Amino acid sequence: MTFMAKPKFHHPQLQKNALGYTRRDYEGPVSTLCAGCGHDSISAAIIRAVYELDLPPHRIAKLSGIGCSSKTPTYFLGASHGFNSVHGRMPSVLTGANLANKDLIYLGISGDGDSASIGLGQFAHSVRRGVNMVYIVANNGVYGLTKGQFSATSDKGAKSKRGALNKDEAIDLVGMALQLGATFVGRSFSGDKDQLVPLIKAALNHKGAAFIDCLSPCVAFNNHDGSTKSFDYIREHNEALNSLDFITGRQEITVEYKPGTVETVTQHDGSRLRLRKIADDYDVHDRIAALSYMQQRAAHGEIVTGLLYVDPEPQDLHAHLNTIEQPLNSLGTHALVPGQTALDKINAAFR
Amino acid sequence: MLHKVNTQTKIQSINEFVIKFANVNGSGSASANALFAKTVLRMGVVATPRNIFPSNIQGLPTWYEVRVSEAGHLAARGDTCDLMVAMNPQTWEQDIRSIEPGGYLFYDNTRHVAADQFRNDITVIGVPLTQMSNDAYENPRQRQLFKNIIGLGALAALLGLDTKAIEDLFTEQFKGKEKLVAANVQALHMGFDWVKTHLDDPVHIKVKAANTVGDRIFVDGNTAASLGAVYGGATVCAWYPITPSSSLAEGFANYCAKLRVDKETDRNKFAIVQTEDELASIGMVIGAAWNGARAFTATSGPGISLMQEFIGLAYFAEIPAVIFDVQRAGPSTGMPTRTQQSDIMTCAYASHGDTKHVLLIPEDPYECFEFGALAFDLADRLQTPVFVMLDLEIGMNERLSKPFQWDDSRNLDRGKIMTEEDLEAGNKFGRYLDVDGDGIPFRTYPGTHPSKGAFFTRGTSKDSMARYSEEGKDYQENMERLLKKHDTARHLVPAAIEKRAEKPTRFGVIYYGSTSPAMDEACQLLAQSGIHVDLLRVRAFPFGDEVKAFIADHEKTFVLEQNREGQLRSLLINELEINPAILVKIVHFDGAPITVGFVTDVISHKISSLQGA
Repeated sequence: MTFMAKPKFHHPQLQKNALGYTRRDYEGPVSTLCAGCGHDSISAAIIRAVYELDLPPHRIAKLSGIGCSSKTPTYFLGASHGFNSVHGRMPSVLTGANLANKDLIYLGISGDGDSASIGLGQFAHSVRRGVNMVYIVANNGVYGLTKGQFSATSDKGAKSKRGALNKDEAIDLVGMALQLGATFVGRSFSGDKDQLVPLIKAALNHKGAAFIDCLSPCVAFNNHDGSTKSFDYIREHNEALNSLDFITGRQEITVEYKPGTVETVTQHDGSRLRLRKIADDYDVHDRIAALSYMQQRAAHGEIVTGLLYVDPEPQDLHAHLNTIEQPLNSLGTHALVPGQTALDKINAAFR
Repeated sequence: MLHKVNTQTKIQSINEFVIKFANVNGSGSASANALFAKTVLRMGVVATPRNIFPSNIQGLPTWYEVRVSEAGHLAARGDTCDLMVAMNPQTWEQDIRSIEPGGYLFYDNTRHVAADQFRNDITVIGVPLTQMSNDAYENPRQRQLFKNIIGLGALAALLGLDTKAIEDLFTEQFKGKEKLVAANVQALHMGFDWVKTHLDDPVHIKVKAANTVGDRIFVDGNTAASLGAVYGGATVCAWYPITPSSSLAEGFANYCAKLRVDKETDRNKFAIVQTEDELASIGMVIGAAWNGARAFTATSGPGISLMQEFIGLAYFAEIPAVIFDVQRAGPSTGMPTRTQQSDIMTCAYASHGDTKHVLLIPEDPYECFEFGALAFDLADRLQTPVFVMLDLEIGMNERLSKPFQWDDSRNLDRGKIMTEEDLEAGNKFGRYLDVDGDGIPFRTYPGTHPSKGAFFTRGTSKDSMARYSEEGKDYQENMERLLKKHDTARHLVPAAIEKRAEKPTRFGVIYYGSTSPAMDEACQLLAQSGIHVDLLRVRAFPFGDEVKAFIADHEKTFVLEQNREGQLRSLLINELEINPAILVKIVHFDGAPITVGFVTDVISHKISSLQGA
């Protein structure tokens, strides 16, 4: 079976948001990803974020590339238009869509193969253009659909399920996003809903290029001894992690835990992960400091999560292009076609 | 310096000749050369210039050939010229060789050239251009630029050009910069007066005012196509610079700045993005068109190669996209600044799997404009990529063309769009349902309705309700419908144009695009020597019924094109199931513009050998 619709009936008492929608109204068909896949948690976080923000589902356009991550837009926001494009090219399709209608919210879903390997160029250029979007990379360090090859975010020294050792340096998408001028940068975990949902909400409210690197374990191919991206253990210990309270567009995050806390998470397969929450002297508006901080902590084997950088006054591509207020796709013949009188003048200039 | 030749052998002509300027690129010669062609046009005589230039910015040879023809011929005549303006020592020998016997050589004799460097069957006119310029100007850049204008003045005196017309062109070009106008006029007369003082009318080819230009305009195809995109309602342009297409996207930017800025807010009714590569260009076009904007890219062969995967997505997911392909000589980097028609096959069947696309093939700037605008209507109507197949010869050379026309009652045809009202009214929506039997389904724009009309666009197989499906039946039905849609396109694209010979003939010629002026003139020349051929100019793919009928009507049909393989011929054989034996391949693919001489020779030769057989 290639398509599984969800049953339509639901509890009559299901809570409705300000628009009168239940959370079910933001769901899609049944996911065909592996049971326990981190990506499904990201889908659930997106559903919750959009529901809680009272966003009309049809005003969101969801776009993706190719891979397990890119399949997920099918499984959330069923009342939104979706576009599963080609491998590594979601950013250009999203950019074009955004140019056509600036009034929709653009949600780009990609993976580490899709964005850090084949699509590294498009990732970089969409970020540096300042496209108004939420760009989420479901990052599991592995090619899932083709059964377990390393991706470009696999850490140097990580072991594949078959025992091969990764000798290449990992690409750090967060570092690149910061360097390339993303105006909102976050990193989170698929298992840490308390952190991820507010982060997505904040990103959806951001009017510029928002990037979230979301570590999302592959239960089938990267959940073994020697992997640096196996997260079963983190999910089990999720309550022990800091989480963001609530974020609106331009507000700094609030941290539940003591600033500067580092948590070392040892997973059941023996691999370790250290998590650092944002320190109280950390300035989320200082791009250069953020870059430096990320690299310092990475050198210590730690992964910093949360909202890492936000520009409270972002400018997007439409501002750069000075486009009119009205969406370009709504302009008709009268607004677009200059007519014969203008053409007569043009003809005259060619004589 | 004036070499003596027998005046009886001098070429004599009024308003029918070819002049060629041999220059070094980056020397500022281009604007003086263009002034020459425009002056002839202002005198009411048809002039058709062609730039032959290297993939280089400075220092390599470049030529500017102008066919002057009161009879109205626009084609490149042949490999020779009647008057060579030899300003490039690097190419001196080949330039001298290309002069017709009895022709003329114009050169800068500031530096001595040995007598054995000339031919004795031509008239040699030496004018000390550099000397004059150096004497008159201090600044090295001025010396260089004004040398070209002094040369133009000398030519004006030799050929009888109207200096008033040139002065008017200066005034238009340097509007508001009176000093520049005066300086150019001065340089012009320096050259003009020198010839009048020192030479005794040595050149017997002349330009004489006539009235053959009419209301035609002088413009290049890329500019025309970019204007077509404005009139076609394009709002999004995503492009990556590549010769010979860059001036198309730049032309769009220029026209948008003039015609598409909202007067009240001073904000733009367009978005132009210079992308990181051709993949991003076509990706943005597809994204924008999916979201209901009219979008295009302009590229050339290498860009088409890069876009293949995306083109397949647009075909299979049924998203409009307009792609201007200004063809150049391939394969690979090939000859980036030379012309060819060698992307026909790769565009017709672009991308992996079973695909077929719509191609529009303009012959001149007028059709570049017309098809440029039409492409957007067709792409929306058919919900598929539409290629506009220009080539360097059409795209980058200015030539005379009918003035652009627009019907002000015409509305942009957005195709089958289901609106919020339609959905609210309860109209059934299935993204890939063939409700009208023409293979074209309805689509909705993202954001249309809170609960109806949303669908998932994908490059994977799906059923008619846009749900992912790997069922063989769903896949096959969809592919069959796409074929039906392609058949619908046959009736929407511009039909081929037939020109019957004065006398009945067994022979036909199919040709297209930039071949047309050479073919038209060759046809007249062949008829004068008793060889009659019917002509069919193909203007689009898929082919209309008239194409098959034309072939059926002739014993042999020559297919004349500018590529090695005879790509259109293969397409005809494949799509119309024509017996290959009756389609005779004629190809010209050295990268130079196809000439009347070539077409005339090859067709008369082929016909005589067929008749002899």
